[in-house]
Amino acid sequence: MKRSTRRRLIQGLLYVVFVAVVLFVVLAADWERIQPYFFNPDVAASLFPEIVLTAAKNSVIYTLIAFVGGVLLGLLLALMKLSPVLPYRWFATGFIELFRGLPALLVIFAFAFAVPIALSWQPPGGSTGAGLIGLVIVSSAYIAETIRAGIEAVPKGQTEAARSLGLNPLWTMITVVLPQAFRIITPPLTNELVIIIKDTSLLFIVGMALDQRELTTFARDGLSSTANATPLVVAALLYLVITLPLTQLVAKLERHNKRGR
Amino acid sequence: MSHTASEETGRGSAAAAPAIEVRELCKTFGSNAVLKGIDFHVDQGEVVCVIGPSGSGKSTLLRCVNRLEEPTSGTIVVEGIDITDSETDLDAVRTRIGIVFQQFNLFPHLTVLQNLTLAQRRAKKRGKKEAAEIARKNLEKVGLSEKADAFPTQLSGGQQQRVAIARALSMDPDMMLFDEPTSALDPELVGDVLEVMKQLAREGMTMMVVTHEMGFAREVGDRVVFMDGGVVVEQGVPEDVLGNPQHERTQSFLSKVL
Repeated sequence: MKRSTRRRLIQGLLYVVFVAVVLFVVLAADWERIQPYFFNPDVAASLFPEIVLTAAKNSVIYTLIAFVGGVLLGLLLALMKLSPVLPYRWFATGFIELFRGLPALLVIFAFAFAVPIALSWQPPGGSTGAGLIGLVIVSSAYIAETIRAGIEAVPKGQTEAARSLGLNPLWTMITVVLPQAFRIITPPLTNELVIIIKDTSLLFIVGMALDQRELTTFARDGLSSTANATPLVVAALLYLVITLPLTQLVAKLERHNKRGR
Repeated sequence: MSHTASEETGRGSAAAAPAIEVRELCKTFGSNAVLKGIDFHVDQGEVVCVIGPSGSGKSTLLRCVNRLEEPTSGTIVVEGIDITDSETDLDAVRTRIGIVFQQFNLFPHLTVLQNLTLAQRRAKKRGKKEAAEIARKNLEKVGLSEKADAFPTQLSGGQQQRVAIARALSMDPDMMLFDEPTSALDPELVGDVLEVMKQLAREGMTMMVVTHEMGFAREVGDRVVFMDGGVVVEQGVPEDVLGNPQHERTQSFLSKVL
């Protein structure tokens, strides 16, 4: 048998297997039961408009707080890690390794419940606000490493040129290094953003007031009050509405960067 | 103006304090000694070309002059200011020393005009309008007025290097250091850059040029310094060093490059 004939035969066989499995699943599933449980139009309709106006809106707000806070704190940590002052480097390294090594859920839990009690501290926004601080800290640890890599990817000649023109280290960082570093890390930073969107769902463990609920909390409450999985499906779709354009953007930015080089 | 002093005293005048004076300069990278006790000077208004094989330490010497490299020992005095002294305001001294690099090192995220105004505004605290005026004057000088709003990546290598020269000139430096300014250029683009440098020399700019362009050294240099193995082997007027080298190492180097 010729090599090309054999390759075509194997490919054809793979198609047949795929179609057979899909057909089996579709035919074997009990659509009569699945459809009303996962795709109940009445339950879905009852979720609107609150699931968008409250839940999706809160998810976006929490994401922005965690991302902006994470970038600011991450930038500070990255600069500390690159600092010539040894204790700064120690602190940044310890902070980053600690919070990258812990589960985000545990950190959120600690900030929402343990820290306020230990410090007798009234966090703004209650335990939701405190949990958000935990999320900011976890994301800052990841973002710090991304920013550090970006700063180190800017050619040394850029700093040398800036310093030899008489710019001091601070202005060199602000006007020459950071703009180029952030350009380099735009794709990984957008990825961090997508991860944070999904991580805001972890905030459900802090126990939210009704108007504080984000998508996952809202969907879980819907699940228990209607005994129906449709709220989960609707929430999932809304997450995709937010994340898919962003992941597409990352792919586009990566293609763009490759061309630029 | 910053270089009236050099214009008054004339080129190569012995009366003025040297623009750059390097004494007993040593530089080691780990266990590798790159500069082994260099004595070197550039007078006000003088054009000194530093030549030598790669690895001879000539670029390291140039980079030590504004402390891009930290000297291991020795002193470097620029216009009477000891820049190896930790009390010296290095940023202020650096605004008086223009440097042009082999790899241009233009800021790719800024337009040509912004490349030229950034340090003027932040380090020299010039106003936006004044900085832009000076920038345009210097762009005209290097023949690139029409490229003010272009980004560096849209320019040829030769154009980028001329922008880099204009950027250094915009700080009104008292002296210009060139670190192999034409080595990264395609041969047909070298001429434009050298022409700009010759123009500067004619205007009386104090210049230290690390170069492989022997023609430039012969034509423009007031003095040629030959370095090899981290020491100054031979120096003098170009006709002597390039035309009638005394030292064997100079002869051997020149026989390879000429």
